[in-house]
Amino acid sequence: MSHWIIAPIVLPAVVAPFILMVIRYHRDLQRVFSVASVVALNLIALVLLTQTMDGTISVYELGNWPAPFGIVLVLDRLSAMMVLLTTLLALAVVLYAIGSGWDTRGRHFHALFQFQLMGILGAFLTGDAFNLFVFFEVLLIASYGLMIHGGGATRLRAGVQYVVYNLLGSTLFLFALGTLYSVTGTLNMADLAVRVAELPADDTALLRVGAVLLLLVFAIKAAVLPLHFWLPASYANAPMPVAALFAIMTKVGAYAILRMYTLVFGPDVAVTEGLIGDWLLPAALLTLAAGSIGILGARELGRLVAFSAIASMGTLLIAISLFTPQAAAAALYYTIHSTLTAALLFLVADLVLERRGGRLTPTPPMPQSGLIAALFFAGAIAMAGMPPLSGFVGKLLVMDAARANSQVWTIWAVILTTSLITIVGMARAGSILFWKSHDRSVLPPEAMTDEDDGTPVAPDLAPEPVPGLAFVPVFALLVALVVLTVLAGPVMRYTEATAAQLFAPADYIETVLKRPGS
Amino acid sequence: MEILLASAVGILTASGIYLILRQRTFPVIIGLSLLSYAVNLFLFATGRLALNQPPILSKYADASYTDPLPQALVLTAIVISFGMTAVVVMIALSSYLAARDDHIDMAGNGGDDA
Repeated sequence: MSHWIIAPIVLPAVVAPFILMVIRYHRDLQRVFSVASVVALNLIALVLLTQTMDGTISVYELGNWPAPFGIVLVLDRLSAMMVLLTTLLALAVVLYAIGSGWDTRGRHFHALFQFQLMGILGAFLTGDAFNLFVFFEVLLIASYGLMIHGGGATRLRAGVQYVVYNLLGSTLFLFALGTLYSVTGTLNMADLAVRVAELPADDTALLRVGAVLLLLVFAIKAAVLPLHFWLPASYANAPMPVAALFAIMTKVGAYAILRMYTLVFGPDVAVTEGLIGDWLLPAALLTLAAGSIGILGARELGRLVAFSAIASMGTLLIAISLFTPQAAAAALYYTIHSTLTAALLFLVADLVLERRGGRLTPTPPMPQSGLIAALFFAGAIAMAGMPPLSGFVGKLLVMDAARANSQVWTIWAVILTTSLITIVGMARAGSILFWKSHDRSVLPPEAMTDEDDGTPVAPDLAPEPVPGLAFVPVFALLVALVVLTVLAGPVMRYTEATAAQLFAPADYIETVLKRPGS
Repeated sequence: MEILLASAVGILTASGIYLILRQRTFPVIIGLSLLSYAVNLFLFATGRLALNQPPILSKYADASYTDPLPQALVLTAIVISFGMTAVVVMIALSSYLAARDDHIDMAGNGGDDA
């Protein structure tokens, strides 16, 4: 039993209290430890990824209790990939937060950041449904703190909405878990899969309720259309580097859907037949449409990026809801792409917000406008799915995977139309932000303050350019997108192997429950 | 017994949902607390109702026992919901102090949540 598996959870869990208690008044030390911890997490994630390369599934039994009785952590290809994606994103975000000085605008940024990482990584690694709930709570409670980092009336009010909505989601999660437990008598995911398959066909009413409740919970996390209301206000009002980290949180929902509905309620389980295909697919199409229309209608940059995150979740969920190995492979590729792109756009949005405010109206030109414009348009191209960046490859893969589906024309029409709307929306925002800027003397002075919270906006605050460190992670994310495009072949081979592993859950179940015959 | 517990869960959930749909933060927080009580009772009942029975196996006699796992789950859920309630109270308070307004929606703020 290798102890590497639990390292991504233990390391931030140790570093965060250390930062909080021992070095809480040493800003530089906090930064050093936070970055060191994230770098170490990246190395651990790489080690874990190489362990899963040959398709082995490793199980870590906490306290050495065997599987259905104790809590297990399970490392397979999907978990390893998501862990690495999270740590890469975290590295970019923590560097940006330091470079832009965001971590000094409130207290305990780094401690909360580490707790947040602990929750996300734990959610990706756990093999127990109740443990998944606990890690959801860990990542949520840290995210509440990060969401209101820096304060301000608007942000706090958005924070209240965010907390209330997510508390409701948690309650729903508990109801779902209780229902599942009362039917199956277990909460270990592998054991659940065995029990669900064994259940007599005429005794499944409660199980269906549980499955639907669980899908609802994950849909809240993933911001699927009727349940997406929390996202635009929260992400647009959160500090932008935090919103960039939150780009992985919607993916936690998508991951949980993919995990539970391939492992426990798999394609051949009669109980939940049609739940994914008939219900999730239309919702995903609507999510994509709403997201792209939101991009077109947004009057503020943070909101625009938040809606583009919703749109990319739509595309991702379309791929998941097709529910075939090929589509799952495309979904995983798109997950990597969409996380990096959303984070890139949020960071670029922060660069803009710091200089001129987020309102999409013409203002005087801002410093470093050309550089930021180039970054914004690169991000917009990736988000809209135009060549040459990885969004194009991702959307192509999703559309190719949809060919076997009976609703292929609807799916293609929605994806292509929304791509066009996204391009128009992004072009509109970009041209207002970067090309319609005009001389300072034209504008009356009252237009220089942000009406939302009454604080003076960037042109008064930061005429001098921020230090170059803030640009490093932004460029790093862009380079990551380019690498993802160039290495699309190897990445696809990995995601295809991952999807194959997901759709053959017997291995997973046998490894976790230690049954012979694997 | 069953009808008592079921109606308790039902009434708590219904009043919780009603309160969550109110406009101001205080009733919403009370509603969330009621919902978390409801879910705790519900979780407790998922191990089946049993009166006056120990949650452990006895190796001396073939005595019946009650399922210990839901009790552990409820304990975790209580701790988490307690902490979460404290957090939401603090955030709601500071939001009220900063904005001088305890409405839960953000209307009049360009709140165009599609």
